[in-house]
Amino acid sequence: MVAELQKNKLMMKKTPLYDRYLSLGAKIIDFGGWAMPVQYTNVIDEHHATRNKAGLFDICHMGEIEIKGPQAFDLLQWVLSRNLEKQKVGQMMLSVLTNEHGGIIDDLTAYRLATERYMVVTNAATKDKDLAWIMKQKVERNFRHVEINDMSDRIGKIDIQGPVAQNILQSMVSDGLALLPYYHAVEASVCGMPAIVSRSGYTGEDGFEIYTDACAVGKIWDDILKRGAAWGLKPCGLGARDTLRLEAGMMLYGHELDETIIPLEVPYGWVTNLEKDFVGAEFLRKQKEHGVTKSLVGFEMLGRGIARADYKVFKDGQEIGKVTSGTYAPTLDRAVGLAFVPASCKEPGTQIHIHIRERYVKARVVKLPFYKRSR
Amino acid sequence: MSKPNPTDRKYTNEHEWALDNHDGTITAGITDYAQELLTDIVFVELPEIGKKVRQFERLAVLESVKSVSDVYTPASGEVVAINQALADQPEIINKDAFGEGWIAKIKMADAAELNKLMDAAAYDLFIKEETQ
Repeated sequence: MVAELQKNKLMMKKTPLYDRYLSLGAKIIDFGGWAMPVQYTNVIDEHHATRNKAGLFDICHMGEIEIKGPQAFDLLQWVLSRNLEKQKVGQMMLSVLTNEHGGIIDDLTAYRLATERYMVVTNAATKDKDLAWIMKQKVERNFRHVEINDMSDRIGKIDIQGPVAQNILQSMVSDGLALLPYYHAVEASVCGMPAIVSRSGYTGEDGFEIYTDACAVGKIWDDILKRGAAWGLKPCGLGARDTLRLEAGMMLYGHELDETIIPLEVPYGWVTNLEKDFVGAEFLRKQKEHGVTKSLVGFEMLGRGIARADYKVFKDGQEIGKVTSGTYAPTLDRAVGLAFVPASCKEPGTQIHIHIRERYVKARVVKLPFYKRSR
Repeated sequence: MSKPNPTDRKYTNEHEWALDNHDGTITAGITDYAQELLTDIVFVELPEIGKKVRQFERLAVLESVKSVSDVYTPASGEVVAINQALADQPEIINKDAFGEGWIAKIKMADAAELNKLMDAAAYDLFIKEETQ
């Protein structure tokens, strides 16, 4: 098994920080074709570091697509579920990219960097299909005055997350961060390198996402690690990223989301504006009228055991659904998960069972998120 | 680096150890090398006392935050004791895999089965090959 992984390492894509996390002793996994650190020390320590102090994450694998020109807004307004009319320059918005049937091609964030210039940040494994889809819509809808550029290989991205993230980062950034509101971005210099910094993330904590030139990201990574050490900052892998996002009730493409899922079945109704026209809107309006039959819910284990992705969900002896993500949640110190169940079973308090190996273990539907930070 | 593998016991190629108690029973657990690979163990599913098991079949399940791993029994027989402390403190295995972190005691059906297992020197070599 170990030898196999060694062989695969040669074939996997590597981020500009690969050598750095190898020297930090990270354990490497294949994440959608990328050689990524799953952990440096252990998942639980890294999870707690992010909740209580700060964590630094290599997110260079994610995709960045630049969309600019007089029709940049029109194109995005057509392909994304969110109404972007009120988005100001400097604001970012979470949205979904849907196909004609409302199926989720990706969940992504769109940054409005200038009136006619956007940066769309996609998941790593979905970037190529997102790009192809957006290009296809541009041609089909005849948006001639818009340019689409894949910037993913040229941009490096790191996230610094946690209650002291701002304390660590502020002296390294040319612009003051204290006044930067949630889900807003500034173009600033970080350690002297031009960068985009937004107050956002995927952990449920305060924190920042930093985009810079792929050649500069190493220096910023090094500086943050050095400066952050005194504040208790740790480099964190994808293992902690997953437990952090799950506690915060955030979804992961490929687990909760794919093209067979529509935003009305998951907690993405709020990013889906059915008043406006976009790809899939008509279909989604009909679905809403007919009623949505399944629903993604959060659950916590009451009996002993940890639910994992693909385990079956039962109610009163009947199989009713499937777990999409499940883990031991370090901050909550209990096992939680997300699952698709019939809409009739989505109310918090509903008793369900999770089939774990030979046993049916008691669980209960709970309100999301599992964890919310105190401000 | 993992702790040295004690020479008083035998090892499987799935990283379990078996300590012959010289009363017809063995104590079984996982090696320090295995706990290092698993990292933070957060859940242990123990067998029931009285359960009959066959050599190399599943004895217990260990879960870390990220993974689920089966523990196979080093010998056939009947489970006569389980380490109940692991139910509430699974991390004991991370701290002391060869001692306090034992998993179960098995009354052997056939003591000769232990001859199929590796001694500490062979297991040292086995790990070395696996990591290269």
